[in-house]
Amino acid sequence: MSLFRDTGIVLRTYRLGEADRIVVMLTEAHGKVRAVAKGVRRTSSKFGARLEPLSHVALLLWRGRGELDIVNQVEVVDQFWTIREDLERLSRAFSMLEVVDQLAQDQHPDPRLYRMLLRALGVLAERSSNPILVAPAFFLKVLALEGAAPILDVCAACGRPEAEGGLVAFDLHEGGALCRSCRRGRSMSAPALALMRRILGGELGRVLREPAPPCAEEVGQLATEAIESHLDRRLRSVRTGAAL
Amino acid sequence: MYTASLRALVDELGKLPGVGPKSAQRIAFYLLRIPSEDALRLAEAIIAVKERTAFCPRCFNVAEVDELCEICSDPSRDAGTICVVEDPRDIAAVERTRRFGGTYHVLHGALNPLEGVGPEQLRIQELVSRVKEDSVREVILCTNPNLEGEATAMYLARLLGPLDVRVSRIASGLPVGGDLEYADELTLGRALEGRHDV
Ligand SMILES: [Zn+2]
Ligand SMILES: [Zn+2]
Repeated sequence: MSLFRDTGIVLRTYRLGEADRIVVMLTEAHGKVRAVAKGVRRTSSKFGARLEPLSHVALLLWRGRGELDIVNQVEVVDQFWTIREDLERLSRAFSMLEVVDQLAQDQHPDPRLYRMLLRALGVLAERSSNPILVAPAFFLKVLALEGAAPILDVCAACGRPEAEGGLVAFDLHEGGALCRSCRRGRSMSAPALALMRRILGGELGRVLREPAPPCAEEVGQLATEAIESHLDRRLRSVRTGAAL
Repeated sequence: MYTASLRALVDELGKLPGVGPKSAQRIAFYLLRIPSEDALRLAEAIIAVKERTAFCPRCFNVAEVDELCEICSDPSRDAGTICVVEDPRDIAAVERTRRFGGTYHVLHGALNPLEGVGPEQLRIQELVSRVKEDSVREVILCTNPNLEGEATAMYLARLLGPLDVRVSRIASGLPVGGDLEYADELTLGRALEGRHDV
């Protein structure tokens, strides 16, 4: 039983009893942490606003024998105001939080995933950034981090290089891009393929600074399907977010 | 150990929000001890509320079956102003202020993409119809000042924007009687944004 410090990003919260909440966070050093924030639903609680999903916080937590830690102190590092005040950015942030919540394991440190999420939220929060590609790029980067990056340089099924007829389809179950003779899954345009290669090939920063190309929507769908197929689960926030 | 009927009661009580197995047991034994007529009154109140209470067809507040709620059927209330809340209990909270003479609209939740709650799961279309059909002058967005409530308010503001109606959001501010130095950044930030001339 001990107190420990960490920084984290709140992924989701849910109600507990009359006035408490369980806060699920991805922390830098302790992986996914579930902690009880007492009294946060009372309007007089100053914890409340600090422990909302999306908040980047510095924490003092108490770990006892129980399954849940207890929030002792919270300081805000960043609230990501620009994201909160824009429905489109917000719904994209939600989809990234949902992916991280699905992937991160309880109390299993994953500092690379933590930094990746923090960077992606930072980009999404820049008023000048174009929000369309942030989440899809994040999904592709997360797949790469998980060792499940889609194969994009040759046909994932037969291994033939693109030169012979081109890669025209995409199916993560097959491993990625597919040539004309192996085609299955969804079709993929040449610009979308090129854009995904740039995102995974170290040009993410530049891609996000450019205006979103016409194939951004397509890349969004491909990346969403790929991450859903990796998680073996549909993303609720993508579906609901589309209605916003 | 327990009889079958006692077991069943403990199980049912344990399904209530905020009631854990220990509390369920305590309440069950309490009910066992009190006079029969007291326990029956509770049982009858539960039956009555399930049989006779439904949601108001206009604002989705609680109401007697097939009737408008108390507020919608009160001619002294201004039907041209609608205060939008997440939950019927929020109506009671606003009513306690005695500062509002309009009517309400209960969404029955807030947008929560992580839980799969989108606009279709809420009474949003019904609100839009009310604004279009009744001569509504102002809609006050009184959803919770948290992420879900703010997202819902933003969504509604955008949806109602093109209609000929004033849309306002309740101000977030500091608790009356509190000290500024203890306020959290988000609340204080909102309070500054929502400042007004004096
Ligand atoms: Zn092939
Ligand atoms: Zn009513």
